Amino acid sequence: MIGAAAIGVTALLFTVTELQGVLDFLLVAYLVYLAGQSAVSYVVEGARSAKNRLALTLLISALFLALVPLVAVLYYTLQRGLQAISPGFFTHSMSGVGPLENAGGAYHAIIGTLEQVLIASIISIPIGLLAAIYIVEYGRGRLAYWIRFFVDVMVGLPSIVAGLFIFAFWVLALNKGFSGFAAGMALAILMMPIVVRASEEMLKLVPNDLREASYALGVPRWRTILSVVLPSASAGLTTGIILAVARVTGETAPLLLTAFGFDAIRTNPFSGAQSGLPLFVFNQAGSAFAVAVARAWAGALTLITIVLLLTVLARLLTRRNRLV
Amino acid sequence: MAVAAPTSEPRASRRARDVRRGDRIFRGLTVGAGLLILGLIVAIAVFLVWKALPALRTAGFHFFTEKTWFPDAKPAKFGVAALAFGTVLSSVIALVLVVPVAIGAALTLTELAPRRLGTMGGYLVDVLAAVPSVVYGLWGVYFLVPRLIPMQRWLSDHVGFIPLFHNTNNTFGRSVFAASAVLAIMILPIIAAISREVFRQVPQANREAALALGATRWETIRMAVLPPSRSGVIGAIMLGLGRALGETIAVALVLAASFNISFRIFEPGGNTIAANIATKFGEAGSVGREALIASGLVLFAITLAVNMAARAVVYRSTRIAEGKV
Amino acid sequence: MAKRIDVEDLSAWFGSFQALADVSITVEPKEVTALIGPSGCGKSTFLRSLNRMHEVVPGARVSGQVLLDGDDIYADGIDPVAVRRSIGMVFQRPNPFPTMSVRDNVAAGLKLNGVRKKSELDDVVEQSLLQAGLWDEVSHRLNKPGGSLSGGQQQRLCIARAIAVEPEVLLMDEPCSALDPISTLRIEDLIGELKDNYTIVIVTHNMQEAARVSDTTAFFNISGAGEPGRLIEAGPTTKIFTKPDDTRTEDYITGRFG
Repeated sequence: MIGAAAIGVTALLFTVTELQGVLDFLLVAYLVYLAGQSAVSYVVEGARSAKNRLALTLLISALFLALVPLVAVLYYTLQRGLQAISPGFFTHSMSGVGPLENAGGAYHAIIGTLEQVLIASIISIPIGLLAAIYIVEYGRGRLAYWIRFFVDVMVGLPSIVAGLFIFAFWVLALNKGFSGFAAGMALAILMMPIVVRASEEMLKLVPNDLREASYALGVPRWRTILSVVLPSASAGLTTGIILAVARVTGETAPLLLTAFGFDAIRTNPFSGAQSGLPLFVFNQAGSAFAVAVARAWAGALTLITIVLLLTVLARLLTRRNRLV
Repeated sequence: MAVAAPTSEPRASRRARDVRRGDRIFRGLTVGAGLLILGLIVAIAVFLVWKALPALRTAGFHFFTEKTWFPDAKPAKFGVAALAFGTVLSSVIALVLVVPVAIGAALTLTELAPRRLGTMGGYLVDVLAAVPSVVYGLWGVYFLVPRLIPMQRWLSDHVGFIPLFHNTNNTFGRSVFAASAVLAIMILPIIAAISREVFRQVPQANREAALALGATRWETIRMAVLPPSRSGVIGAIMLGLGRALGETIAVALVLAASFNISFRIFEPGGNTIAANIATKFGEAGSVGREALIASGLVLFAITLAVNMAARAVVYRSTRIAEGKV
Repeated sequence: MAKRIDVEDLSAWFGSFQALADVSITVEPKEVTALIGPSGCGKSTFLRSLNRMHEVVPGARVSGQVLLDGDDIYADGIDPVAVRRSIGMVFQRPNPFPTMSVRDNVAAGLKLNGVRKKSELDDVVEQSLLQAGLWDEVSHRLNKPGGSLSGGQQQRLCIARAIAVEPEVLLMDEPCSALDPISTLRIEDLIGELKDNYTIVIVTHNMQEAARVSDTTAFFNISGAGEPGRLIEAGPTTKIFTKPDDTRTEDYITGRFG
């Protein structure tokens, strides 16, 4: 009721003053609503109730405000991406495409990303999992504490620093040059702490009774871990790994410094510069030409679709796991 | 076993020995993995320092005071002053913009929303975290920047006497404020998600104690939920800060790079360490690359400090919650 | 200060599950009324319906009337928050606000009601702590956090907090079940003193405690799993424990079940 009154008052204000625009209208209506609600509540219910209502309305508004960008990003990307996408986008690379040409695609970039993420996973999953196993199953003392501490620190490592490290170490010091493999290593650095943390949480959830039952049967510790603990945590572990993969697929900065980018298709990740999907989007987005920006939107849509699918898949797995 | 060789053992103890060996090998593998990770952090620090040294030596102390960036020129003149300033300024403004919204959203999800809606709302906020930064950057430039201009113009016109909001030549657009806005959206899910966890851990008994005294919903939140959550939320904010400091791609796309130190956040221009590395890397010469590595070292040090402090704060807050302090 | 409560046909649900059916009882002012019965028979649910804490649980609701000196607290337009200001509650596990000092804990309710003057607050804090039998032990450390006291002290702190706002009725949900025997005895003595000024309703699963402490006793029971709890018999404590009217009451008192 007060809401309707607020809209009415705002409409009045708008015809009288020179304010205009949809956003401004919403803003003013909101403020009028807040003022009106507080005033009415103060008169009818008292100061404490008025404060209560005001605070609760602000809190709920904060939630809506937080969700607005999400809708805006997804919708806008969908819109611009669908405009620009075409079947050729997925089958062509950028080799030989001039700056003003409305041609080319991201095939080379998609291949690059697939290979780089695969390499990153192969490196980071075993190491991350083993480290988590150490922390949960074996670690009692200082070493475990420090490992956990630094893993937490690594979670906050800026992705560009990971890229810089591989650049300084692999590309410069060892003089191996740019390659998809180097990018894979940089992404592995970013993936590892996520894998360790997620696996640690999942392994800790496995009830101790299970382990003790196995020991009581005479199964050695390492066998217990491999055949009893890991399988029972497997759903949660898979979820954690999928989320880590999703996170790392979207990273651009490390690719800039390690894979460097390349216009043609390069299927061997070990020799020479390679492109990647996020890198492709970044390069196209930074261009001044509309055709390039269109390709960037197409690439962005592709990228966000992949990442969201992985995230949703991981969530579905947790849901199913919880029912068990 | 009539003529047994002196070194053979009975089967039982041989099996025990194999088991112990299996355990030792496996345990060794796991310890190795842990040590590898520790070694990684050390290696990162070492290699960054090693490869940054030549540039640091060239620039000397001016590395921290010089604003411009011409490492490949002769004579080379470069420093992180403007970059570091821009990094910190954009992150701080992002925090100012996002912290009330993130905490308000987290409180709404835990205290006000019915259980199912609260969980779903949490998932939605988490989806914000899944969006890659390059998509945020692209969206920021084409969607957000134009839409922020009217507001910046209004503020500049009406309160422009405050230097923060002043705009000298009336061009708005790719300003530090716009970049901070995108950063704010990017770090919102981190702060909100951790704050949610912290609020959820406040025992229901505290809330009931407040309600039984006749407190309103808001008074209950203020009296029973917020005080014990303080350090956890501070830790969440610091983690968000760490993320904002290191964000590269979105800022690189949104900011119109310039190397100056100014508090006028509505004017186009500004730069951060990370964005500078991203944009300058492609064309940098050998000295240029070393200079970029040096700036990356500075960023590494800053984020390391912030993240370690954040972890200490969060750790302390969980101990308080468990009643150990 | 102390008011009487008349409950008429009170039923309570958690969602579609009925926890209480058709309870009618009168709670006399300046007396201690004890609610006894086996686990799960609805006594705590009943207690929480008296200060509208039951509806805090999502999906919970109530039907019937609860009259506080004649005024139905469940009438349309009555604010549950206002109801809780005049009916105080002490919980099973002591729950002082952990980050607040002892003084701030006791004063919490007063500050909510707008009392600001430090001298006034300090007076009430001292009075409440004296009444709760805690003053001697904490008067020199009022600024220490509420969580730093022992279990028995924390519960007395919660009692002080509840009586600081001078409620009409004091509800206590198994206040001693989480405490050691010595603290239990102290709090039972305290209840005996408090009843001079307050109407007290206490839920307890300890029958001896009910016999020691209360003037009136009400026995609740359920007839089977999934059934709602009902009030079987209520009357003077001495009668309930020596010559109850209902055989179920007698069976419970003598330990044949429960």
